[in-house]
Amino acid sequence: MANDTTLKLGRAGQAPGARTRVRGVLRGVWRDPWFIVLLLLAVPALYLRVSGTTPVAVERLWYWWPALMRGLGMNVQISLLAMAMGTLLGLVVGAISLSPLAPLRASTRAYVLVFRNAPILVLVYFTTYVFPFEVPVAHWVLPFPDWIKVVIGLALPASANVAEIFRGAVQSIPAAQWEAAHSLGFARTQIFRTVILPQCLRRMLPPWMNLYASITMSTALASLVGVHDLVDTATVASNTVARTDFTILIYFTLLALFFAYCYPISRLTRYLERRHARH
Amino acid sequence: MPDTDSLVRLSDVHLSFGETPVLKGIDINVRQGEAVSIIGPSGSGKSTILRCITGLLRPQQGGIHVGDVDVQALRRERDLIALRKRVGFVFQQYNLFPHMSVLENLVAAPIKVGGVPRGVARDRARALLARVHMEHKTDAYPGELSGGQQQRVAIARALALEPELILFDEVTSALDPEMVGEVLTVIRDLVDDGMTCVLVTHEMRFAEEVSDTVYFTEAGRIVESGRPDQLFGAPRSERTRAFLQRAAGGAPARRRADPFDALLSFDPLRLAV
Repeated sequence: MANDTTLKLGRAGQAPGARTRVRGVLRGVWRDPWFIVLLLLAVPALYLRVSGTTPVAVERLWYWWPALMRGLGMNVQISLLAMAMGTLLGLVVGAISLSPLAPLRASTRAYVLVFRNAPILVLVYFTTYVFPFEVPVAHWVLPFPDWIKVVIGLALPASANVAEIFRGAVQSIPAAQWEAAHSLGFARTQIFRTVILPQCLRRMLPPWMNLYASITMSTALASLVGVHDLVDTATVASNTVARTDFTILIYFTLLALFFAYCYPISRLTRYLERRHARH
Repeated sequence: MPDTDSLVRLSDVHLSFGETPVLKGIDINVRQGEAVSIIGPSGSGKSTILRCITGLLRPQQGGIHVGDVDVQALRRERDLIALRKRVGFVFQQYNLFPHMSVLENLVAAPIKVGGVPRGVARDRARALLARVHMEHKTDAYPGELSGGQQQRVAIARALALEPELILFDEVTSALDPEMVGEVLTVIRDLVDDGMTCVLVTHEMRFAEEVSDTVYFTEAGRIVESGRPDQLFGAPRSERTRAFLQRAAGGAPARRRADPFDALLSFDPLRLAV
Protein backbone atom coordinates (compact mmCIF):
# COMPACT_ATOMS: atom_id res chain seq x y z
CA MET A 1 0.00 0.00 0.00
CA ALA A 2 2.71 2.43 1.05
CA ASN A 3 4.58 1.72 -2.16
CA ASP A 4 1.47 2.34 -4.24
CA THR A 5 0.93 5.80 -2.87
CA THR A 6 4.57 6.72 -3.25
CA LEU A 7 4.46 5.73 -6.90
CA LYS A 8 1.28 7.62 -7.61
CA LEU A 9 2.44 10.75 -5.83
CA GLY A 10 5.70 10.65 -7.76
CA ARG A 11 3.87 10.40 -11.06
CA ALA A 12 1.25 13.00 -10.33
CA GLY A 13 3.79 15.51 -9.01
CA GLN A 14 5.90 15.33 -12.19
CA ALA A 15 9.53 15.16 -10.98
CA PRO A 16 9.20 16.69 -7.52
CA GLY A 17 12.98 16.92 -7.10
CA ALA A 18 15.40 14.18 -6.15
CA ARG A 19 15.52 15.03 -2.45
CA THR A 20 11.77 14.82 -1.85
CA ARG A 21 11.64 11.61 -3.86
CA VAL A 22 14.34 10.03 -1.70
CA ARG A 23 12.49 11.20 1.38
CA GLY A 24 9.30 9.64 0.03
CA VAL A 25 11.01 6.30 -0.55
CA LEU A 26 12.54 6.40 2.91
CA ARG A 27 9.17 7.04 4.45
CA GLY A 28 7.86 4.02 2.53
CA VAL A 29 10.73 1.87 3.78
CA TRP A 30 10.01 2.80 7.40
CA ARG A 31 6.47 1.55 7.05
CA ASP A 32 7.43 -1.64 5.22
CA PRO A 33 6.67 -4.69 7.43
CA TRP A 34 9.78 -6.52 6.21
CA PHE A 35 12.00 -3.65 7.22
CA ILE A 36 10.44 -3.62 10.68
CA VAL A 37 11.00 -7.38 11.05
CA LEU A 38 14.66 -7.02 10.04
CA LEU A 39 15.08 -4.18 12.48
CA LEU A 40 13.50 -6.19 15.31
CA LEU A 41 16.00 -8.99 14.60
CA ALA A 42 19.07 -6.86 13.96
CA VAL A 43 18.94 -4.61 17.03
CA PRO A 44 19.01 -7.40 19.69
CA ALA A 45 21.56 -9.36 17.62
CA LEU A 46 23.85 -6.36 17.56
CA TYR A 47 23.41 -5.89 21.30
CA LEU A 48 24.28 -9.54 22.00
CA ARG A 49 27.30 -9.33 19.76
CA VAL A 50 28.64 -6.17 21.29
CA SER A 51 28.03 -7.20 24.88
CA GLY A 52 29.48 -10.67 24.27
CA THR A 53 26.53 -12.35 25.94
CA THR A 54 25.23 -14.37 22.97
CA PRO A 55 23.39 -17.47 24.30
CA VAL A 56 24.80 -20.84 23.24
CA ALA A 57 21.60 -21.74 21.37
CA VAL A 58 21.88 -18.68 19.15
CA GLU A 59 25.54 -19.40 18.43
CA ARG A 60 24.64 -22.94 17.40
CA LEU A 61 21.85 -21.62 15.22
CA TRP A 62 24.36 -19.35 13.49
CA TYR A 63 26.59 -22.41 12.96
CA TRP A 64 23.72 -24.42 11.43
CA TRP A 65 22.40 -21.49 9.37
CA PRO A 66 24.12 -22.46 6.04
CA ALA A 67 22.79 -26.00 6.29
CA LEU A 68 19.30 -24.68 7.00
CA MET A 69 19.50 -22.43 3.94
CA ARG A 70 20.54 -25.40 1.78
CA GLY A 71 17.52 -27.27 3.17
CA LEU A 72 15.23 -24.35 2.37
CA GLY A 73 16.72 -24.30 -1.13
CA MET A 74 15.57 -27.92 -1.53
CA ASN A 75 12.02 -26.96 -0.47
CA VAL A 76 11.98 -24.07 -2.93
CA GLN A 77 13.31 -26.33 -5.68
CA ILE A 78 10.70 -29.02 -5.02
CA SER A 79 7.84 -26.51 -4.86
CA LEU A 80 8.85 -24.72 -8.08
CA LEU A 81 9.27 -27.95 -10.06
CA ALA A 82 6.09 -29.49 -8.64
CA MET A 83 4.09 -26.39 -9.59
CA ALA A 84 5.63 -26.27 -13.07
CA MET A 85 4.86 -29.93 -13.73
CA GLY A 86 1.46 -29.72 -12.05
CA THR A 87 0.48 -26.65 -14.07
CA LEU A 88 1.48 -28.12 -17.45
CA LEU A 89 -0.21 -31.43 -16.71
CA GLY A 90 -3.23 -29.71 -15.16
CA LEU A 91 -3.81 -27.49 -18.20
CA VAL A 92 -3.77 -30.54 -20.46
CA VAL A 93 -6.17 -32.43 -18.18
CA GLY A 94 -8.36 -29.34 -17.84
CA ALA A 95 -8.52 -28.85 -21.60
CA ILE A 96 -9.52 -32.51 -22.09
CA SER A 97 -12.21 -32.12 -19.40
CA LEU A 98 -13.88 -29.53 -21.68
CA SER A 99 -13.84 -31.90 -24.65
CA PRO A 100 -17.15 -32.65 -26.35
CA LEU A 101 -16.35 -36.38 -26.14
CA ALA A 102 -17.98 -37.94 -23.07
CA PRO A 103 -15.44 -40.77 -22.49
CA LEU A 104 -12.57 -38.28 -22.45
CA ARG A 105 -14.45 -36.06 -20.03
CA ALA A 106 -15.18 -39.03 -17.76
CA SER A 107 -11.52 -40.08 -17.63
CA THR A 108 -10.35 -36.61 -16.63
CA ARG A 109 -13.14 -36.50 -14.06
CA ALA A 110 -11.77 -39.70 -12.54
CA TYR A 111 -8.21 -38.35 -12.57
CA VAL A 112 -9.26 -35.18 -10.78
CA LEU A 113 -11.37 -37.07 -8.24
CA VAL A 114 -8.60 -39.54 -7.39
CA PHE A 115 -5.81 -37.03 -6.94
CA ARG A 116 -7.81 -34.33 -5.21
CA ASN A 117 -9.15 -36.80 -2.67
CA ALA A 118 -5.88 -38.50 -1.76
CA PRO A 119 -3.91 -37.23 1.24
CA ILE A 120 -0.75 -35.63 -0.08
CA LEU A 121 1.38 -37.58 2.41
CA VAL A 122 -0.01 -40.83 1.01
CA LEU A 123 0.84 -39.70 -2.53
CA VAL A 124 4.38 -38.79 -1.46
CA TYR A 125 4.87 -42.25 0.14
CA PHE A 126 3.27 -43.80 -2.92
CA THR A 127 5.62 -42.21 -5.45
CA THR A 128 8.65 -42.78 -3.21
CA TYR A 129 8.15 -46.48 -2.61
CA VAL A 130 6.34 -47.56 -5.77
CA PHE A 131 8.78 -45.96 -8.23
CA PRO A 132 12.21 -47.62 -8.59
CA PHE A 133 15.29 -45.87 -7.17
CA GLU A 134 17.03 -46.09 -10.53
CA VAL A 135 15.84 -46.38 -14.12
CA PRO A 136 17.69 -48.42 -16.73
CA VAL A 137 17.80 -46.53 -20.05
CA ALA A 138 19.49 -48.52 -22.82
CA HIS A 139 23.05 -49.12 -21.47
CA TRP A 140 22.93 -46.61 -18.65
CA VAL A 141 21.27 -46.70 -15.31
CA LEU A 142 19.79 -43.32 -14.42
CA PRO A 143 19.32 -42.61 -10.72
CA PHE A 144 15.81 -41.63 -9.70
CA PRO A 145 16.46 -39.51 -6.62
CA ASP A 146 13.92 -39.27 -3.82
CA TRP A 147 13.44 -35.54 -4.16
CA ILE A 148 12.24 -35.96 -7.75
CA LYS A 149 9.77 -38.60 -6.55
CA VAL A 150 8.49 -36.06 -4.05
CA VAL A 151 8.16 -33.54 -6.88
CA ILE A 152 5.96 -36.04 -8.73
CA GLY A 153 4.03 -36.84 -5.56
CA LEU A 154 3.19 -33.15 -5.17
CA ALA A 155 2.72 -32.48 -8.90
CA LEU A 156 -0.10 -35.04 -9.14
CA PRO A 157 -2.50 -33.34 -6.69
CA ALA A 158 -1.34 -29.95 -8.01
CA SER A 159 -2.26 -30.96 -11.56
CA ALA A 160 -5.70 -32.17 -10.46
CA ASN A 161 -6.29 -28.81 -8.77
CA VAL A 162 -5.00 -26.82 -11.73
CA ALA A 163 -7.32 -28.82 -14.00
CA GLU A 164 -10.28 -27.85 -11.82
CA ILE A 165 -9.16 -24.21 -11.66
CA PHE A 166 -8.88 -24.12 -15.46
CA ARG A 167 -12.20 -25.83 -16.08
CA GLY A 168 -13.93 -23.55 -13.58
CA ALA A 169 -12.41 -20.45 -15.15
CA VAL A 170 -13.47 -21.38 -18.68
CA GLN A 171 -16.99 -22.20 -17.54
CA SER A 172 -17.22 -19.00 -15.51
CA ILE A 173 -16.95 -16.89 -18.66
CA PRO A 174 -20.56 -15.94 -19.50
CA ALA A 175 -22.13 -17.71 -22.47
CA ALA A 176 -22.92 -14.22 -23.77
CA GLN A 177 -19.22 -13.74 -24.55
CA TRP A 178 -19.32 -16.76 -26.85
CA GLU A 179 -22.50 -15.48 -28.44
CA ALA A 180 -21.10 -11.99 -29.00
CA ALA A 181 -17.93 -13.37 -30.56
CA HIS A 182 -19.95 -15.77 -32.76
CA SER A 183 -22.09 -12.87 -33.93
CA LEU A 184 -18.91 -11.06 -35.00
CA GLY A 185 -17.92 -14.00 -37.18
CA PHE A 186 -15.13 -15.45 -35.02
CA ALA A 187 -14.44 -19.16 -35.45
CA ARG A 188 -14.61 -21.40 -32.37
CA THR A 189 -10.84 -21.69 -32.00
CA GLN A 190 -10.43 -17.92 -32.44
CA ILE A 191 -13.04 -17.27 -29.76
CA PHE A 192 -11.23 -19.57 -27.37
CA ARG A 193 -7.84 -17.97 -28.05
CA THR A 194 -8.75 -14.29 -28.20
CA VAL A 195 -11.86 -13.94 -26.03
CA ILE A 196 -12.12 -16.79 -23.52
CA LEU A 197 -8.52 -17.70 -22.60
CA PRO A 198 -7.28 -14.17 -21.81
CA GLN A 199 -10.22 -13.68 -19.46
CA CYS A 200 -9.57 -17.10 -17.89
CA LEU A 201 -5.92 -16.43 -17.15
CA ARG A 202 -6.83 -13.43 -15.04
CA ARG A 203 -9.39 -15.41 -13.12
CA MET A 204 -7.04 -18.36 -12.66
CA LEU A 205 -4.14 -16.43 -11.18
CA PRO A 206 -5.38 -15.98 -7.58
CA PRO A 207 -6.45 -19.62 -7.05
CA TRP A 208 -3.24 -20.76 -8.74
CA MET A 209 -1.18 -18.72 -6.30
CA ASN A 210 -3.15 -20.21 -3.41
CA LEU A 211 -2.30 -23.65 -4.68
CA TYR A 212 1.35 -22.62 -4.97
CA ALA A 213 1.41 -21.58 -1.32
CA SER A 214 -0.26 -24.79 -0.21
CA ILE A 215 2.07 -27.00 -2.27
CA THR A 216 5.04 -25.10 -0.85
CA MET A 217 3.91 -25.91 2.65
CA SER A 218 3.46 -29.55 1.68
CA THR A 219 7.13 -29.77 0.68
CA ALA A 220 7.80 -30.24 4.41
CA LEU A 221 6.53 -33.81 3.89
CA ALA A 222 9.67 -34.53 1.88
CA SER A 223 11.57 -34.86 5.17
CA LEU A 224 9.53 -37.99 5.94
CA VAL A 225 10.94 -39.90 2.96
CA GLY A 226 14.58 -39.03 3.55
CA VAL A 227 14.98 -35.88 1.47
CA HIS A 228 17.39 -33.41 3.07
CA ASP A 229 15.05 -30.46 3.16
CA LEU A 230 14.64 -27.71 5.73
CA VAL A 231 12.66 -29.82 8.20
CA ASP A 232 15.07 -32.75 7.92
CA THR A 233 18.06 -30.43 8.49
CA ALA A 234 16.38 -28.92 11.53
CA THR A 235 15.72 -32.37 12.99
CA VAL A 236 19.32 -33.43 12.44
CA ALA A 237 20.57 -30.18 14.00
CA SER A 238 18.27 -30.55 16.97
CA ASN A 239 19.44 -34.15 17.61
CA THR A 240 23.09 -33.22 17.21
CA VAL A 241 23.07 -30.18 19.47
CA ALA A 242 20.74 -31.90 21.94
CA ARG A 243 19.77 -28.81 23.94
CA THR A 244 16.16 -28.00 24.76
CA ASP A 245 16.57 -24.27 24.19
CA PHE A 246 18.17 -24.91 20.78
CA THR A 247 15.35 -27.28 19.76
CA ILE A 248 12.76 -24.65 20.65
CA LEU A 249 14.71 -21.93 18.83
CA ILE A 250 15.28 -23.93 15.66
CA TYR A 251 11.62 -24.91 15.27
CA PHE A 252 10.60 -21.29 15.73
CA THR A 253 13.15 -20.45 13.04
CA LEU A 254 11.57 -23.10 10.82
CA LEU A 255 8.16 -21.49 11.22
CA ALA A 256 9.63 -18.10 10.40
CA LEU A 257 11.38 -19.38 7.27
CA PHE A 258 8.30 -21.08 5.85
CA PHE A 259 6.33 -17.95 6.66
CA ALA A 260 8.92 -15.82 4.87
CA TYR A 261 8.45 -17.92 1.73
CA CYS A 262 4.66 -18.27 1.80
CA TYR A 263 3.61 -14.87 3.10
CA PRO A 264 4.74 -12.88 0.01
CA ILE A 265 2.86 -15.37 -2.16
CA SER A 266 -0.38 -14.86 -0.26
CA ARG A 267 0.14 -11.08 -0.20
CA LEU A 268 0.55 -11.07 -3.97
CA THR A 269 -2.56 -13.24 -4.29
CA ARG A 270 -4.60 -10.78 -2.24
CA TYR A 271 -3.32 -7.90 -4.36
CA LEU A 272 -4.20 -9.71 -7.61
CA GLU A 273 -7.66 -10.58 -6.28
CA ARG A 274 -8.33 -6.96 -5.44
CA ARG A 275 -7.11 -5.83 -8.85
CA HIS A 276 -9.30 -8.41 -10.55
CA ALA A 277 -12.35 -7.27 -8.59
CA ARG A 278 -11.80 -3.75 -9.88
CA HIS A 279 -11.62 -4.58 -13.60
CA MET B 1 -42.75 -14.22 -55.59
CA PRO B 2 -41.12 -12.17 -52.79
CA ASP B 3 -39.83 -8.65 -53.29
CA THR B 4 -36.68 -8.51 -55.36
CA ASP B 5 -35.11 -5.99 -52.97
CA SER B 6 -35.93 -8.15 -49.94
CA LEU B 7 -32.88 -8.58 -47.71
CA VAL B 8 -34.24 -10.78 -44.91
CA ARG B 9 -37.06 -13.24 -45.37
CA LEU B 10 -38.47 -15.57 -42.71
CA SER B 11 -41.24 -17.90 -43.76
CA ASP B 12 -43.19 -20.13 -41.39
CA VAL B 13 -40.32 -20.41 -38.88
CA HIS B 14 -40.93 -22.83 -36.00
CA LEU B 15 -38.53 -23.24 -33.11
CA SER B 16 -38.80 -24.93 -29.75
CA PHE B 17 -36.43 -25.33 -26.83
CA GLY B 18 -36.94 -28.96 -25.90
CA GLU B 19 -40.67 -29.38 -25.37
CA THR B 20 -41.35 -25.64 -25.17
CA PRO B 21 -42.41 -24.08 -28.46
CA VAL B 22 -41.05 -20.53 -28.79
CA LEU B 23 -41.73 -19.63 -32.41
CA LYS B 24 -44.90 -21.02 -33.96
CA GLY B 25 -44.77 -19.91 -37.56
CA ILE B 26 -43.06 -16.53 -38.05
CA ASP B 27 -43.20 -14.66 -41.37
CA ILE B 28 -41.12 -11.51 -41.66
CA ASN B 29 -39.87 -9.58 -44.66
CA VAL B 30 -37.22 -6.87 -44.41
CA ARG B 31 -36.38 -4.83 -47.51
CA GLN B 32 -33.04 -3.25 -48.27
CA GLY B 33 -32.65 0.02 -46.36
CA GLU B 34 -35.73 -0.52 -44.28
CA ALA B 35 -36.09 -0.12 -40.50
CA VAL B 36 -38.29 -2.84 -39.03
CA SER B 37 -39.38 -2.99 -35.40
CA ILE B 38 -40.62 -6.06 -33.57
CA ILE B 39 -42.67 -5.32 -30.48
CA GLY B 40 -44.59 -7.54 -28.12
CA PRO B 41 -44.74 -8.82 -24.54
CA SER B 42 -41.83 -10.54 -22.83
CA GLY B 43 -41.30 -14.14 -23.83
CA SER B 44 -43.08 -13.77 -27.14
CA GLY B 45 -39.94 -14.87 -29.01
CA LYS B 46 -38.70 -11.53 -30.31
CA SER B 47 -35.05 -12.02 -29.42
CA THR B 48 -35.19 -15.59 -30.68
CA ILE B 49 -36.20 -14.32 -34.12
CA LEU B 50 -33.05 -12.17 -34.30
CA ARG B 51 -30.84 -15.06 -33.24
CA CYS B 52 -32.29 -17.23 -35.98
CA ILE B 53 -31.49 -14.62 -38.64
CA THR B 54 -27.77 -14.69 -37.86
CA GLY B 55 -27.57 -18.43 -37.31
CA LEU B 56 -27.00 -18.35 -33.54
CA LEU B 57 -30.11 -20.53 -33.20
CA ARG B 58 -31.37 -23.08 -35.68
CA PRO B 59 -35.14 -23.42 -36.03
CA GLN B 60 -36.60 -26.89 -36.50
CA GLN B 61 -38.76 -25.81 -39.41
CA GLY B 62 -39.21 -22.97 -41.88
CA GLY B 63 -37.10 -20.93 -44.25
CA ILE B 64 -34.69 -18.07 -43.47
CA HIS B 65 -33.00 -16.14 -46.24
CA VAL B 66 -30.54 -13.26 -45.99
CA GLY B 67 -30.15 -11.97 -49.53
CA ASP B 68 -29.85 -15.13 -51.57
CA VAL B 69 -28.27 -17.14 -48.74
CA ASP B 70 -30.39 -19.93 -47.28
CA VAL B 71 -29.45 -19.67 -43.59
CA GLN B 72 -31.09 -22.98 -42.76
CA ALA B 73 -28.82 -24.79 -45.20
CA LEU B 74 -25.58 -23.46 -43.70
CA ARG B 75 -23.71 -26.29 -42.01
CA ARG B 76 -20.03 -25.41 -42.22
CA GLU B 77 -18.54 -22.89 -39.80
CA ARG B 78 -16.96 -21.07 -42.76
CA ASP B 79 -20.38 -20.37 -44.30
CA LEU B 80 -21.87 -19.19 -41.01
CA ILE B 81 -18.93 -16.81 -40.61
CA ALA B 82 -19.57 -15.43 -44.10
CA LEU B 83 -23.18 -14.77 -43.09
CA ARG B 84 -22.26 -13.14 -39.77
CA LYS B 85 -19.87 -10.75 -41.50
CA ARG B 86 -22.92 -9.40 -43.33
CA VAL B 87 -25.18 -9.22 -40.27
CA GLY B 88 -24.32 -7.06 -37.26
CA PHE B 89 -25.79 -7.88 -33.85
CA VAL B 90 -26.18 -5.60 -30.82
CA PHE B 91 -27.11 -7.24 -27.52
CA GLN B 92 -29.23 -6.13 -24.60
CA GLN B 93 -26.28 -6.54 -22.21
CA TYR B 94 -23.73 -5.01 -24.66
CA ASN B 95 -21.41 -8.07 -24.27
CA LEU B 96 -18.26 -6.13 -24.95
CA PHE B 97 -15.01 -8.05 -24.37
CA PRO B 98 -13.99 -6.82 -20.90
CA HIS B 99 -10.28 -7.57 -21.30
CA MET B 100 -9.93 -5.42 -24.42
CA SER B 101 -9.93 -1.64 -24.67
CA VAL B 102 -12.67 0.09 -26.64
CA LEU B 103 -10.44 0.30 -29.71
CA GLU B 104 -9.39 -3.35 -29.45
CA ASN B 105 -13.04 -4.36 -29.20
CA LEU B 106 -13.64 -2.61 -32.50
CA VAL B 107 -10.61 -3.85 -34.45
CA ALA B 108 -10.55 -7.50 -33.27
CA ALA B 109 -13.16 -8.80 -35.72
CA PRO B 110 -12.10 -6.75 -38.78
CA ILE B 111 -8.49 -7.91 -38.36
CA LYS B 112 -9.11 -11.54 -37.42
CA VAL B 113 -12.30 -12.21 -39.37
CA GLY B 114 -12.28 -9.63 -42.14
CA GLY B 115 -8.54 -9.73 -42.87
CA VAL B 116 -8.33 -5.93 -42.76
CA PRO B 117 -4.79 -4.57 -42.17
CA ARG B 118 -4.30 -3.35 -38.60
CA GLY B 119 -3.69 0.30 -39.53
CA VAL B 120 -6.78 0.49 -41.71
CA ALA B 121 -8.89 -1.21 -39.04
CA ARG B 122 -7.73 1.29 -36.42
CA ASP B 123 -8.51 4.29 -38.64
CA ARG B 124 -11.96 2.92 -39.40
CA ALA B 125 -12.55 2.17 -35.72
CA ARG B 126 -11.70 5.76 -34.79
CA ALA B 127 -14.12 7.06 -37.42
CA LEU B 128 -16.85 4.74 -36.09
CA LEU B 129 -16.23 5.87 -32.52
CA ALA B 130 -16.66 9.46 -33.66
CA ARG B 131 -19.92 8.43 -35.27
CA VAL B 132 -21.28 7.11 -31.95
CA HIS B 133 -19.72 10.07 -30.06
CA MET B 134 -17.26 7.89 -28.17
CA GLU B 135 -13.97 9.09 -29.67
CA HIS B 136 -12.84 10.38 -26.26
CA LYS B 137 -12.90 6.85 -24.76
CA THR B 138 -10.78 5.04 -27.33
CA ASP B 139 -8.40 3.53 -24.77
CA ALA B 140 -10.86 3.00 -21.92
CA TYR B 141 -11.94 -0.47 -20.84
CA PRO B 142 -15.62 -1.48 -20.91
CA GLY B 143 -15.72 -1.71 -17.11
CA GLU B 144 -14.92 2.01 -16.91
CA LEU B 145 -17.86 3.04 -19.10
CA SER B 146 -21.50 3.67 -18.29
CA GLY B 147 -24.14 1.39 -19.74
CA GLY B 148 -25.08 3.86 -22.44
CA GLN B 149 -21.45 4.33 -23.43
CA GLN B 150 -20.87 0.58 -23.56
CA GLN B 151 -23.92 0.14 -25.75
CA ARG B 152 -22.74 2.83 -28.16
CA VAL B 153 -19.36 1.10 -28.38
CA ALA B 154 -21.18 -2.18 -29.01
CA ILE B 155 -23.04 -0.55 -31.90
CA ALA B 156 -19.74 0.71 -33.32
CA ARG B 157 -18.30 -2.79 -32.94
CA ALA B 158 -21.19 -4.25 -34.91
CA LEU B 159 -20.62 -1.62 -37.61
CA ALA B 160 -16.89 -2.36 -37.82
CA LEU B 161 -17.42 -5.32 -40.13
CA GLU B 162 -19.40 -3.06 -42.47
CA PRO B 163 -22.52 -5.23 -42.35
CA GLU B 164 -25.46 -4.91 -44.71
CA LEU B 165 -27.90 -5.15 -41.84
CA ILE B 166 -27.90 -4.72 -38.08
CA LEU B 167 -30.05 -6.53 -35.54
CA PHE B 168 -30.77 -4.68 -32.29
CA ASP B 169 -31.92 -6.89 -29.42
CA GLU B 170 -33.65 -4.70 -26.80
CA VAL B 171 -30.56 -2.54 -26.73
CA THR B 172 -31.98 -0.01 -24.26
CA SER B 173 -33.69 -2.42 -21.85
CA ALA B 174 -30.69 -2.75 -19.53
CA LEU B 175 -29.98 0.97 -19.44
CA ASP B 176 -30.80 3.55 -16.82
CA PRO B 177 -33.52 5.86 -18.18
CA GLU B 178 -31.21 8.86 -18.63
CA MET B 179 -28.97 6.84 -20.97
CA VAL B 180 -31.66 5.57 -23.29
CA GLY B 181 -31.71 8.78 -25.32
CA GLU B 182 -28.03 8.76 -26.31
CA VAL B 183 -28.29 5.20 -27.65
CA LEU B 184 -31.53 5.83 -29.53
CA THR B 185 -29.96 8.90 -31.15
CA VAL B 186 -27.17 6.74 -32.55
CA ILE B 187 -29.67 4.23 -33.92
CA ARG B 188 -31.80 6.99 -35.44
CA ASP B 189 -28.70 8.32 -37.24
CA LEU B 190 -28.05 4.85 -38.65
CA VAL B 191 -31.62 4.53 -39.89
CA ASP B 192 -31.40 7.99 -41.46
CA ASP B 193 -28.19 6.91 -43.23
CA GLY B 194 -30.16 4.11 -44.87
CA MET B 195 -28.78 1.17 -42.86
CA THR B 196 -31.12 -1.80 -42.83
CA CYS B 197 -32.14 -2.31 -39.20
CA VAL B 198 -34.25 -4.84 -37.34
CA LEU B 199 -35.10 -3.62 -33.84
CA VAL B 200 -36.58 -5.63 -31.05
CA THR B 201 -37.67 -2.94 -28.66
CA HIS B 202 -39.88 -1.83 -25.81
CA GLU B 203 -39.49 1.84 -26.72
CA MET B 204 -42.88 2.24 -28.40
CA ARG B 205 -42.53 5.88 -29.26
CA PHE B 206 -39.12 5.29 -30.83
CA ALA B 207 -40.42 2.33 -32.83
CA GLU B 208 -43.30 4.42 -34.10
CA GLU B 209 -40.97 7.25 -35.06
CA VAL B 210 -38.15 5.45 -36.92
CA SER B 211 -39.72 2.28 -38.34
CA ASP B 212 -41.00 1.68 -41.82
CA THR B 213 -42.76 -1.47 -40.69
CA VAL B 214 -43.76 -2.73 -37.23
CA TYR B 215 -44.50 -6.33 -36.29
CA PHE B 216 -46.44 -7.20 -33.15
CA THR B 217 -45.64 -10.67 -31.79
CA GLU B 218 -47.35 -12.59 -29.05
CA ALA B 219 -46.75 -16.15 -27.87
CA GLY B 220 -44.52 -17.05 -30.79
CA ARG B 221 -46.80 -15.74 -33.53
CA ILE B 222 -47.03 -12.52 -35.52
CA VAL B 223 -50.36 -11.06 -34.54
CA GLU B 224 -50.24 -8.02 -36.75
CA SER B 225 -47.87 -6.02 -38.91
CA GLY B 226 -48.06 -2.79 -40.80
CA ARG B 227 -46.92 0.79 -41.12
CA PRO B 228 -46.26 2.38 -37.68
CA ASP B 229 -49.00 5.02 -37.97
CA GLN B 230 -51.51 2.29 -38.78
CA LEU B 231 -50.34 -0.26 -36.17
CA PHE B 232 -50.03 2.26 -33.36
CA GLY B 233 -52.86 4.56 -34.48
CA ALA B 234 -55.51 2.06 -35.52
CA PRO B 235 -54.50 -1.50 -34.56
CA ARG B 236 -56.65 -4.11 -36.25
CA SER B 237 -56.24 -6.76 -33.59
CA GLU B 238 -57.79 -6.59 -30.15
CA ARG B 239 -54.62 -8.11 -28.68
CA THR B 240 -52.40 -5.44 -30.22
CA ARG B 241 -54.69 -2.77 -28.79
CA ALA B 242 -54.56 -4.37 -25.33
CA PHE B 243 -50.76 -4.58 -25.44
CA LEU B 244 -50.36 -0.99 -26.55
CA GLN B 245 -52.67 0.18 -23.80
CA ARG B 246 -50.69 -1.76 -21.20
CA ALA B 247 -47.43 -0.36 -22.58
CA ALA B 248 -48.74 3.22 -22.57
CA GLY B 249 -50.51 3.02 -19.21
CA GLY B 250 -48.62 3.22 -15.93
CA ALA B 251 -47.36 -0.36 -16.16
CA PRO B 252 -43.89 -0.14 -17.69
CA ALA B 253 -43.34 -2.32 -20.71
CA ARG B 254 -39.65 -2.29 -19.95
CA ARG B 255 -38.62 -5.78 -19.08
CA ARG B 256 -36.58 -6.63 -16.04
CA ALA B 257 -34.06 -9.31 -16.97
CA ASP B 258 -35.55 -12.54 -15.67
CA PRO B 259 -33.46 -14.57 -13.22
CA PHE B 260 -32.69 -17.30 -15.74
CA ASP B 261 -31.13 -14.76 -18.09
CA ALA B 262 -29.04 -13.50 -15.21
CA LEU B 263 -27.73 -17.02 -14.62
CA LEU B 264 -26.80 -17.47 -18.25
CA SER B 265 -24.96 -14.20 -18.52
CA PHE B 266 -23.60 -13.79 -15.02
CA ASP B 267 -21.98 -10.41 -14.68
CA PRO B 268 -20.96 -9.35 -11.16
CA LEU B 269 -20.66 -5.71 -12.15
CA ARG B 270 -24.28 -5.48 -13.20
CA LEU B 271 -25.53 -7.36 -10.16
CA ALA B 272 -23.74 -4.88 -7.93
CA VAL B 273 -25.59 -1.97 -9.51
